[in-house]
Amino acid sequence: MKLAYWMYTGPAHIGTLRIASSFKNVHAIMHAPLGDDYFNVMRSMLERERNYTPVTTSVVDRNVLARGSQEKVIDNILRKDKEEQPDLIVLTPTCTSSILQEDLQNFVEQASLNSMADVLLADVNHYRINELQACDKTLEQIVRFYIEKNRASLTLEKVKTLLPSVNLIGISSLGFHNNHDTRELKKLFELYEIILNCSLPQGTTVKTLINLPKAWLNILPYRELGLLTSKYLNKEFGLLSLVILPMGNINLNRFLKKLLFSLKLENNTITKVINIKLLKLLNLNWIKKEAIKSKLKRKKAIIFGSSNHVATLTKLLSKEIGLEIILCGTYCKSESKWFSEQVQNYCNKILITEDHTMISNEISKLKPDVIFGTQMERHIGKRLGIPCGVISSPIHIQNFPLSYKPMVGYEGVKTIMDLLFNSLNLKDRKNSFTLFNEII
Amino acid sequence: MNQINNSTLTFQCETGNYHTFCPISCVAWLYQKIEDSFFLVIGTKTCGYFLQNSMGVMIFAEPRYAMAELEEGDISAQINDYEELKRLCTQIKNDRNPSVIVFIGTCTTEIIKMDLEGIAPKLEAEIGIPIVVARANGLDYTFTQGEDTVLASLIQRCPSKDRETEKINKNNSSLFPSLSIFSKNKNESNLSQDKPNLPLVLFGSLPNSLTNQLEHELEKQNIKISGWLPTKNYKELPVIHEGDYVCGVNPYLARTATNLIRRRKCKLISAPFPIGPDGTRAWIEKICSIFNIEPTGLDEREKAVWDSLENYLPLVKGKSVFFMGDNLLELSIARFLIRCGMIVPEIGIPYLHKRYQEAEIKLLEDTCRKMQVPTPLIIEKPDNYEELKRIEQYRPDLVITGMANANPLEARGINTKWSVEFTFAQIHGFSNARDILELVTRSLRRKNYIQQLGWKELVE
Repeated sequence: MKLAYWMYTGPAHIGTLRIASSFKNVHAIMHAPLGDDYFNVMRSMLERERNYTPVTTSVVDRNVLARGSQEKVIDNILRKDKEEQPDLIVLTPTCTSSILQEDLQNFVEQASLNSMADVLLADVNHYRINELQACDKTLEQIVRFYIEKNRASLTLEKVKTLLPSVNLIGISSLGFHNNHDTRELKKLFELYEIILNCSLPQGTTVKTLINLPKAWLNILPYRELGLLTSKYLNKEFGLLSLVILPMGNINLNRFLKKLLFSLKLENNTITKVINIKLLKLLNLNWIKKEAIKSKLKRKKAIIFGSSNHVATLTKLLSKEIGLEIILCGTYCKSESKWFSEQVQNYCNKILITEDHTMISNEISKLKPDVIFGTQMERHIGKRLGIPCGVISSPIHIQNFPLSYKPMVGYEGVKTIMDLLFNSLNLKDRKNSFTLFNEII
Repeated sequence: MNQINNSTLTFQCETGNYHTFCPISCVAWLYQKIEDSFFLVIGTKTCGYFLQNSMGVMIFAEPRYAMAELEEGDISAQINDYEELKRLCTQIKNDRNPSVIVFIGTCTTEIIKMDLEGIAPKLEAEIGIPIVVARANGLDYTFTQGEDTVLASLIQRCPSKDRETEKINKNNSSLFPSLSIFSKNKNESNLSQDKPNLPLVLFGSLPNSLTNQLEHELEKQNIKISGWLPTKNYKELPVIHEGDYVCGVNPYLARTATNLIRRRKCKLISAPFPIGPDGTRAWIEKICSIFNIEPTGLDEREKAVWDSLENYLPLVKGKSVFFMGDNLLELSIARFLIRCGMIVPEIGIPYLHKRYQEAEIKLLEDTCRKMQVPTPLIIEKPDNYEELKRIEQYRPDLVITGMANANPLEARGINTKWSVEFTFAQIHGFSNARDILELVTRSLRRKNYIQQLGWKELVE
């Protein structure tokens, strides 16, 4: 038993449902008690969805507890099969109902005998893995299912597309700025005339999964979602993956260089386009100003959040802006080795924990000038009077802005700079005389 | 919609496949009400993530409620529950020293059959803080019934003798037995100076400003109640004597009512709930009738409230409102809205305790007759999918729904209001009727405004 006030990652079934509901025309059935179905509320309210969330609960109540589910789960699967006519139905228990140890795989097999749709049981351990790991696992499971299924019927497309193409893997609903990031990445691909073969899982139907091997390369902007899938595709089809979050000038540049190199697109015209674009960004007045001034007096920062965003941002702030990173940390324990490798040269101290009081204590002890973290760190910062920019999940309605705010690509650089500028400079403005002449 | 034309209510039951919040969400308002309490929700990550996200209160409430997160070892019974809970409670005691710790049991504690009721008394004796156990699980209860489970278990903590009289009596009997007669006389003379406290305890968690308002309304009728359940502080829980009258203010407290009757031999006043001027009036009248008091000034009071609502009434008159069912306040709000001139084709409600809500059901029927509108169809344990089909067919002017379906309904051109807002807004008593209409008319007003601009619908 653990005394908990705050969780950085959700339970496993949230991850499974995020993937299932990201796909087009896939329905999820939760085997869960009433009230565990708050995923529907989260998705509908945060994503401001116009459609009903494709998740239905097969309610576990006293009767189920006493006699077992019997036909209930199967009936609910078949009912949704008729009502919604999905391509795939994913069944998942929650932490609570997984203890009942009902033979859900058996329900799935029975239901699939009579259903038009394919039926899958999401294969995750609800007490051992968290939301992000479950996302990864479920995505791989669905991809594997459709590849294996079609391998037999030999409809699998193995011929590569004529023009350079990529799969974008890891875009899901309720992801941190995912929608805007996707738009930005699509713009990048268009700019360099790269075809987007398949964007996964958001907005894709499971039927198109057989086209995955046609792409030249996989792009994984978020390493927490998609690594398993990319490994599988690599093993089966030798597809290579590019795992970089193109956030900030340097990383964006690195991303583009690698992307174009892998697709053998590197030529002078394209490199020129990249350079002009980057020059424009670097010419923006504030970056210069910030970079020069920061040398005079280095500001101290603490960064905490998901491994991917924190590692990237740590390098960005350290190399591009010149902040001193006195502490950086993540709650993604499963990524701790990768994370430490990434950041060890850029920060004074590394903290890997799921306990928000530890990071809270560190913040009050180290007294940074600025924090970049999650909603929790924002809350801590507010209490201590330290400005905080939110750069990582867990998600909050503020991470679903109506205006265009990607974290990646050219526009993403601007978003980050705005965030940085606002966090650092608007802290203790005393009068309007300093409006244009802030000291960073 | 033909069956709604008969004058008595029709009750139906569907599959129970509806969206609502988990009953552990009662923590969100109860920790604010009972200020010296600590709520410990014993459940899984799923429960914790729900409180953190859907209720969005966790971090701000950090000091006064927490999760005891069950891990794999707890589930597989490798770890001793008692020792684990003792460790957490000791930590809570050292950090916060609350007057009471409330264990909120969840579905998981039910499934693994954790013996919270057995652990609590032992732990209480060991750490010296009262521990109350409420099984607010989603297997048996729905959303607002969480409050019901907590109040029902608080009952046995209410003293049965006056704390002060008890002391006096003790002193008297041991030291000055001869003075006991005198002190009794003194007590009586004290009482005659103030208004006497009637043996009436009100139950239901309301913000303090609201309890004051309701108490004030009753005092106008010369009724001084002897207490509320729950109170602002755990240590001030009301004294409940055998034979006392009790009356609820929330429609979802059936279990509390039953426990008061069975365990404390109280008499339940079955009144409509004090929501809307009509309901508040009926509530006061019913209480007065029990104590043989002729209510005064209620006519004028109710009329004054209706007069103050006259800006809102034309907006809602003749409009239809559909309840999808969420927080068990549906009947009371529907009854008030019908009285305002609205038409209610259907009321979905997760669960209806017909005996506890008897007076409310009666008032709903009377109101329909009075306003000459068809009585609504009442659907217990509704099925959201079927409801949505009926909504699409009926196209009501307003749907009061949970948050899972609100955005998609709006996208289909149907006005919605979140039912959960009525759970958290102050809607009880005479003067708060305005707030209900303010909530109800918000989207109707928006639609009117849009129509003024020349659009008929907001959706393409």
